[in-house]
Amino acid sequence: MPKFKNKKDKGSAEISTASLPDIIFMLLFFFMVTTVMRETPLKVKIDLPSATETIRLEDRSLLDYIYVGKPFDERFGTLEQIQLNDQFAELADIQTYVMNRRSEREARGEEAMIPSVTTVLKIDEGTKMGIISDIKSELREVQALKLNYSTLVRNE
Amino acid sequence: MARRESGEINAGSMADIAFLLLIFFLVTTTMDKDNGIMRQLPPPTPDDYVPPPVRERDVFKVLANANDQLLVEGNLMEIENLGDAVKQFYTNPEASEDLPQLQWMRKTDVQNNLDIAKANLRQAPNDNEARKNVKKWENKLKAVELLGDYQTLPGSAIISMQNNRGTSYNLYVQVQNELSVALNELRDELSLEKFSVKFSDLDPKNEQDKPKIIAIRQVYPQRVSEAEARSTGGG
Repeated sequence: MPKFKNKKDKGSAEISTASLPDIIFMLLFFFMVTTVMRETPLKVKIDLPSATETIRLEDRSLLDYIYVGKPFDERFGTLEQIQLNDQFAELADIQTYVMNRRSEREARGEEAMIPSVTTVLKIDEGTKMGIISDIKSELREVQALKLNYSTLVRNE
Repeated sequence: MARRESGEINAGSMADIAFLLLIFFLVTTTMDKDNGIMRQLPPPTPDDYVPPPVRERDVFKVLANANDQLLVEGNLMEIENLGDAVKQFYTNPEASEDLPQLQWMRKTDVQNNLDIAKANLRQAPNDNEARKNVKKWENKLKAVELLGDYQTLPGSAIISMQNNRGTSYNLYVQVQNELSVALNELRDELSLEKFSVKFSDLDPKNEQDKPKIIAIRQVYPQRVSEAEARSTGGG
């Protein structure tokens, strides 16, 4: 038996660290939610134009994306390119892309949603209208008629 | 005998609290969503399709060339003035010969047309066109009941933007935006006058606002036609 008791022994009980993982998870989830994740890595540089009369798109499952811009990597060319999913595409691939997206939706049992699918065009503001008109006529061919010209929001 | 320690705090409920907070953030944080201008493309036309003849005065022509200059109804115009020109087109305040002749929608006429449309539908119950026609006149009747007799653009009147293949996308979006601005301002004005609330503040999910939105859309319909780009002119 020691004659002098250690003072530290008398201190208050240690704080339980059992909840630490929970707190960490909470922070993790918080950042997961607030960070906007890009569905596909962009291969083209896109500076969106700005507009005032915009509509906010709500349901991501009802959106198809088409990207148009100049490639980041100049080895892929210095002219505007179309990107579908995560790769460069030709004009002729657009119809296949829309059809694929449709059959994916059918496989998920969402046939009823197909008419309300919006095609979002994310296009660099410097792009010439020629290629965009070509894209639009491709979309018309496959009856993908709802369009959204993606823009930044500008306040007047 | 063991020394009495102060009881450890029960951490079992910590996870619940954490989840509660997590759900709170999930609900309150809004993700940065995509914004943009909505447009509807016309359905594909068969090769032998001949567009119906339109009167020159019923078409509001916006032409854009490869140098991003605008030619509106034959006059060189800055984009700032486009909105006013569109408003003139919709309202034709001086009954000009160059702008569309507005049609009066009166309750008796609308009712008659609705009856005719319904009779047609009874004769051909599976005809989609006939069903659409009934729907169209039903909407017009609702509009007349809410707003009283009104004047609107004839069915053939359209705003047509034609651009060169070299026109920049930015200019295209700005023109589309200006067209929407002008239309929304007209709708806001009418809505303020009739319902003392802005059109943009009407809620499409609200049962009371829904007929108001439909009615105002009848008076000032969205009439932008998405024509294909041409390679002629300043290419």
